[in-house]
Amino acid sequence: MRGGRSAATRTGAAAAAAAGVALLLAGCAGTAPGDAMTSTGTDTSADVTVYAAASLTESLGRIADRYEAANPGATVTLNFAGSSALAQQIMSGAPVDVFASASADTMRVVVDAGLADGDPVVFAGNTLEIAVPPGNPAGVSGLTDLANTALTIALCAPEVPCGAASTRVLDAAGITAAPDTLETDVRAALTKVELGEVDAALVYRTDVLAAGDAVEGIEFAGAADAVTDYAITRVMDAANPAAAAAFVDLVLGDDGRRVLADAGFTNG
Amino acid sequence: MRGSRTGSPGLRAPRSPDARRSGIPAALWAPAVLALAFLVLPLVALVVRVPWSRLPELLAAPEIATSLGLSLGSAAAATALSLLFGIPLAWVLARSAHWNPVARRSLRALVTVPLVLPPVVGGVALLLLLGRRGLLGQYLDAWFGIQLPFTTAAVVIAQTFVAMPFLVLAVEGALRGADRRLEDAAATLGASDWFIFRRVTLPLIAPGVAAGAVLCFARALGEFGATITFAGNFPGVTQTMPLSAYLALQSNPDAAYVISLVLLVVSVLVLVSLRDRWVSGVTA
Repeated sequence: MRGGRSAATRTGAAAAAAAGVALLLAGCAGTAPGDAMTSTGTDTSADVTVYAAASLTESLGRIADRYEAANPGATVTLNFAGSSALAQQIMSGAPVDVFASASADTMRVVVDAGLADGDPVVFAGNTLEIAVPPGNPAGVSGLTDLANTALTIALCAPEVPCGAASTRVLDAAGITAAPDTLETDVRAALTKVELGEVDAALVYRTDVLAAGDAVEGIEFAGAADAVTDYAITRVMDAANPAAAAAFVDLVLGDDGRRVLADAGFTNG
Repeated sequence: MRGSRTGSPGLRAPRSPDARRSGIPAALWAPAVLALAFLVLPLVALVVRVPWSRLPELLAAPEIATSLGLSLGSAAAATALSLLFGIPLAWVLARSAHWNPVARRSLRALVTVPLVLPPVVGGVALLLLLGRRGLLGQYLDAWFGIQLPFTTAAVVIAQTFVAMPFLVLAVEGALRGADRRLEDAAATLGASDWFIFRRVTLPLIAPGVAAGAVLCFARALGEFGATITFAGNFPGVTQTMPLSAYLALQSNPDAAYVISLVLLVVSVLVLVSLRDRWVSGVTA
């Protein structure tokens, strides 16, 4: 039951089952041959396990579809959760090939532990936006409304990347927010807006776009001062280094950049 | 409700309790030890990882006292609510033997559902019912100005939803095992139904009620999924110990281990002291 909300809400039980199967397959396949640094001429039909920040759910899902289409027989297993929780799992020895984090700090934890294979690459940036329920019933117009105690406000907890970014934005604007709940990841905050349980939440711009008509986004001045950098790396001792490298290349390449830009990310 | 019947259809003659204690078949020992190890070893690993040298400093963090107080208070409130409403429900369940079997089984299944429902789903369901746009919640808001989500009351509601079935099932079992002839005897002596309930049946099932209350309290104390979904997470208002441990794990694992240790110690203390005082004392 623990962590049920943050761990892979989109992929759910199917992903958990798939992860188990992928583990078995990875075990049978043994070590993929080839140099981890190059993705050409090596076995990229092997399976890849990717741990990624919750805010990458849609775009990495799309990139994974392209990877599977381009590498017949390969399966990409995606596990989306809060970056910090994922980093903790990787430090505890989770079998991961690629890690995409929504914060440089979180990525540094993994690098410092000697678990990153090569230098992480910043591949996208994200800014914050205020999300409100359709029609904006509480009439929220900007950051100052987040200090209104009469409104019900959700922020991300300061322990997770979107919360750290929120703190930076609010501090820079000199606003003391009056949140009613500090959510454990950005998708949980967004869900509270979608259900109409909060009047406003500070979430990523990409989350507002991904939610479609379920929420409205309100841009605010100063958002550009707190850009969240997304970094990606292969994980040390990946079961399939060649496939991991190929997947990272795809994210960093033109195709990946286009998918990310469509989702509202700035290019890193 | 348990082990009350002696003289089970065994072949041996009745013995003293001391003699009976040695009668554990050898084949049961290995799986029993494995089961115990399986339950205890993860906790041992947790205790080993606790940064003992920094323990006083980490324990002194004010957040720990705040969330522990909230956890104990809300779990106690959830247990009280479960007793108040759960005992009558258990009564109806236990005395439904002459009902239509379909109705009886459906009622039983409905009570059991929260046990198997993933707590996060339970939290979403509570939001959809009691949230300010929920089925009932919209009227609570419109008519009385009551908004439950993100309040301490929401924590208690989430815990009660998840924990009450434990109490209901325990009490129902006790009621089924209780000797109804005592109630009949009281009735022939002219006692009213309410008097019989208070003075005959309740004392009779007290051990079952106590065991159910302990289970219910323990489940409420550890509640995570329904709480974080329905009540949210805010220090001092809705951030109970499990939520606080989960968040600390994201940024400060040492603090998370200490919070987990405190929760572990409190749970063990509560379980041991309550069991000794209420349960074994009465059943023995």
